[in-house]
Amino acid sequence: MNIHEFQAKQLLAARGLLVPPGAVCETPEAARQEAERLLAQGASQLAVKAQIHAGGRGKGVFADGYRGGVRLVRTAEEAEACARAMLGNVLVTRQTGPSGRRVRRVLVTAAPEIRRELYVAVLLDRARACPVVMASTEGGVDIEEVAAHSPDKIVTEPVDPLLGWQGYQGRKLAVTLGLTGPLLPQAVRCFEALYRTWWECEAALVEINPFCVVATPKGETLLAIDAKMVLEDNALFRHPDLAALRDENEESPLEVEAGRYQLNYIKLDGDIACLVNGAGLAMATMDIIKHYGGEPANFLDVGGGANVEQVAAAFRIIMQDPNVKAILVNIFGGIMDCDVIARGIVTAVRETGLSVPLVVRLEGNNVEAARRTLAASGLSLISAGSMADAAEKVVAAARGLGQVVAGTV
Amino acid sequence: MAILVGPDTKVLIQGITGSYGARHAQMSLDYGTKVVGGVTPGKGGQVFRHGPHEVPVFDTVAEAVRATGATASTIFVPAAAAADAILEAADAGLEVVVCITEGIPVTDMLRVKRALAGRKTRLVGPNCPGIVTPGDGPNSHGGCRMGIAPGYIHRKGHVGVVSRSGTLTYEAVWQLTQRGLGQSTCVGIGGDPVPGLSHLDVIRLFAEDPDTHAIIMIGEIGGSAEEEAAAWIKKHCRKPVAAFIAGATAPPGRRMGHAGAIISGGKGTAAAKIEALREAGVAVAPTPADIASTLIRLL
Repeated sequence: MNIHEFQAKQLLAARGLLVPPGAVCETPEAARQEAERLLAQGASQLAVKAQIHAGGRGKGVFADGYRGGVRLVRTAEEAEACARAMLGNVLVTRQTGPSGRRVRRVLVTAAPEIRRELYVAVLLDRARACPVVMASTEGGVDIEEVAAHSPDKIVTEPVDPLLGWQGYQGRKLAVTLGLTGPLLPQAVRCFEALYRTWWECEAALVEINPFCVVATPKGETLLAIDAKMVLEDNALFRHPDLAALRDENEESPLEVEAGRYQLNYIKLDGDIACLVNGAGLAMATMDIIKHYGGEPANFLDVGGGANVEQVAAAFRIIMQDPNVKAILVNIFGGIMDCDVIARGIVTAVRETGLSVPLVVRLEGNNVEAARRTLAASGLSLISAGSMADAAEKVVAAARGLGQVVAGTV
Repeated sequence: MAILVGPDTKVLIQGITGSYGARHAQMSLDYGTKVVGGVTPGKGGQVFRHGPHEVPVFDTVAEAVRATGATASTIFVPAAAAADAILEAADAGLEVVVCITEGIPVTDMLRVKRALAGRKTRLVGPNCPGIVTPGDGPNSHGGCRMGIAPGYIHRKGHVGVVSRSGTLTYEAVWQLTQRGLGQSTCVGIGGDPVPGLSHLDVIRLFAEDPDTHAIIMIGEIGGSAEEEAAAWIKKHCRKPVAAFIAGATAPPGRRMGHAGAIISGGKGTAAAKIEALREAGVAVAPTPADIASTLIRLL
């Protein structure tokens, strides 16, 4: 689960990471007040940052042509004007896709003078089965680019999950990043806070980019200028406070609805919907649609123990996608009763009708009963024997060539 | 022979009195698997009955092992208690532990994995369909079924199957069985980012198993376990290997159902895995419908 920058900064700050002072604002007036407060505290420059779950905000463009989801300003009036331009507007970045995201909140913070931009993150090292702290002197740019062009600029420090992060690891990393003198103990505290946040919140990713050395009247200090956190979905059941940070506005409405029925649904850009049991088979079904020249409209795994209601809900959800030109149901009912799927399809189609061709491939447990259910329903559908047969037929059907093979099972 | 478990393996079921555990305990008993005991804390002394079978239930795995001589266990307990159940099984000295549970937090699995290091217990899963070593009887009856896979789709033979997916494995196994090709053992290692046995661990076992003559490996996007297996196969494996990698059309940054099926930071793509496998001399099936036929062409 993704959370917003301001939420991530609150979780990090609570554990001792230094973040710039500021507040999240929902109105231009609130942004102005916060700006006035920060300026009165001595800030000379401020940042107004659109809060959406996507990177690339600084270079993003709003739907009305306003440029930049992160703006630097020097007065409260400017801060208010920026907030007014962003709030309610739709921001398109390289990560949002062309439809962009509506901005409902802005973060107004102090923006001190940056001396150095570093990168630091905590994530899971799957190959070593341990958390790893990753850092680089090349902050402020996409870490994937750094990894591609100068991998030697990235250092990693694996963590024993039974021991946790150790002080010496922090000192080692600080020196590698050139954080010496008075910055060294600060850096050690920051890394400790970062790792604790990852472990205690059970995050998949905590990323500070840029992690900056900034100038203050009292000397140089370390500050998390931006923060990104992804929480581990499987652990949310024991963190109700973190689960409450979910922002459904940032998710596709169909995905939110699917989640209510415990269905795994991910909307894609193609026109062939698929309904499958099992995540691996669901991915493989998307792949074989593509192999035969089609484009999948979604990933949908109804799971191994779906009931008629869940299957009917799954069917309704995929039919709500206006791009869908044909539907492929691919079930390998090892234990799952194929007839449950058949009855779910019939229930859904009775409620909502069927406006596009439907290709059904059922294999396995109780498949004969399932075929009888579908035949007795009088539904016009295209039956398929193997996965390859099913994929070929659904691709043809989506192109409007399906009628020749249409019939009942 | 087969790997990990055989028809004589004595199996426990942790969580045998829950609805999911009970249902699959029944199916394993019907398949002819030696389910010798169940474990549900607080229900020790009860008997789990199914047809002619009477399976004693124990409070702890340690008691169950002492009373039955079991060497393996299948875990069907909820995610919040699953890590503890795995550690309990390892503490009781079981050789093979299969964890079916989906949704175990990563931090739990990180600790479990560290705790299991250096012990004899081999963990399969979590979030997996389990292990099937097919038997001699009709529809492979008489084999060892630990987990949730449908027994009847199998057939005793000499192809080893290892996979991160459930239904996609069934699809491949069914393709093999329909073509008359049996399996030595089928191992579902699960779709989580921190699994017990890896592709490589299982492929090593298949490579050493005289009863396994060829291997099917099914992978998916996320992580680098397939690449690590490919590197080992290239150097050490003399048996024919066919593979399929799911998720070539999956968008980056999204978890495709399985917690571990995610392309992150440009890593873990299907293309990179397919490339690594081809480079290792593995025949990669172009579609999931060609998994068995791709292997047959190597034989």
